[in-house]
Amino acid sequence: MPGPAADVRAVAGADPWSPSPARVRERRRETGDTVTLALEPADPAQTRFAPGQFTMLSLSGVGEVPISVSGDPDEALLVQTIRAVGCVTSRLAALKPGEALGVRGPFGTGWPLESAAGRDLLLVAGGLGLAPLRPVLYHALARRERFGALALCYGTRSPDDRLFRGELEAWARRADLHLAVTVDHAGPDWEGEVGVVTRLLARTPCRPERTVALVCGPEIMMRFTARELEHLGVAPGRIHLSMERNMQCGIGLCGHCQWGPFLLCRDGPVFPWERIRAAFGVRGL
Amino acid sequence: METVEDLVLGHPFFRDIDPEAGRVVAGCARNTVFRSGELVFREGDSADWFYCIRSGRLALELHAPHGGPIRIDTRGPGEVAGWSWIVPPYRWYCDARAVEEVHALQFDGACLRRKMEDDASLGYLLYKRFVPVILRTLQGTRMQLLDVYARPGR
Repeated sequence: MPGPAADVRAVAGADPWSPSPARVRERRRETGDTVTLALEPADPAQTRFAPGQFTMLSLSGVGEVPISVSGDPDEALLVQTIRAVGCVTSRLAALKPGEALGVRGPFGTGWPLESAAGRDLLLVAGGLGLAPLRPVLYHALARRERFGALALCYGTRSPDDRLFRGELEAWARRADLHLAVTVDHAGPDWEGEVGVVTRLLARTPCRPERTVALVCGPEIMMRFTARELEHLGVAPGRIHLSMERNMQCGIGLCGHCQWGPFLLCRDGPVFPWERIRAAFGVRGL
Repeated sequence: METVEDLVLGHPFFRDIDPEAGRVVAGCARNTVFRSGELVFREGDSADWFYCIRSGRLALELHAPHGGPIRIDTRGPGEVAGWSWIVPPYRWYCDARAVEEVHALQFDGACLRRKMEDDASLGYLLYKRFVPVILRTLQGTRMQLLDVYARPGR
């Protein structure tokens, strides 16, 4: 099976400023405030993306927001998971099948899956950060022979805040995937792990000297995770983080997503830890 | 058949311990099993033990007024549960319950405290093993307090 399309960036280059129309094919509620939309863009080329990329989703007269692609890179739909936290995301999350929206992109750098081939692959997700890592899991499970050990460590707020619950249950049954889920708070009915996601890292079958780690979640969670991975022996050049800021143009021109020397929409959102570690140390950046 | 001493020396918490010190520590240890749902220790009770978990999972719980227990942490294979035995007044600060069947090494805290008083180097060795566990738990608790996965503004 081929890897993600090599020319996905050409999609953004075609006309990156104009939203193309798309329709909602399916809508699935994930949690109380989060839904996953399967979109059918008028331009089928917009369904071709590299895991880790994002699109700009818009509603006319409402606004536009960056949203990570969360679907299967081998499927012909653009699947995106949206948390209703503001005006635009609330309206997007309320869209029903058949309704229209605008899509620009996909934009940005993807996860380094080609360089991860032949190595152990460790995914570390926090909260909504599981969404941009799910395409990696689809990709790796469809090409399982290309990777060594495969592990997903997922931390979230509570059992009710877990995304993709049906898939988590299916993944937990697979012998070729190490899945560990932990929550910050739980009642007595929860029989799983309670505690921070960094506690799970030492227990995966991934061998630090062979591991490529992909991390996505709140910045503070990523900072502690990257440090813990280094402590366990994963080289900083093989730890990759997905950053988030106020992306607007998506092509590195407007400067809204500038973070130190980087424009996240163009230079990222995925970065190796060794490249951005210094910026993480700058207070208030 | 593995002896308790073998199990102590093979547990990750005692990895690379000096074998002689390991033998002294193992003299205060025994094997134990908790059934799923069984209470392992209770808040306020005398903290005379700690546990090195070999398999299964323990949940640490706190009871809030007008509510049921809140699970604040879990401990699994290779981890250690309980440090109240090492800090006066030697009382548990929470409950611990087996979430599934737990096989563990149970250490007699009073026995170890006596040996640590008699041999300061053994005491130092054990403190060096426990302090990182306490530090990591404190750091984890701080992260949980930050509620980093909460919806903005919640």
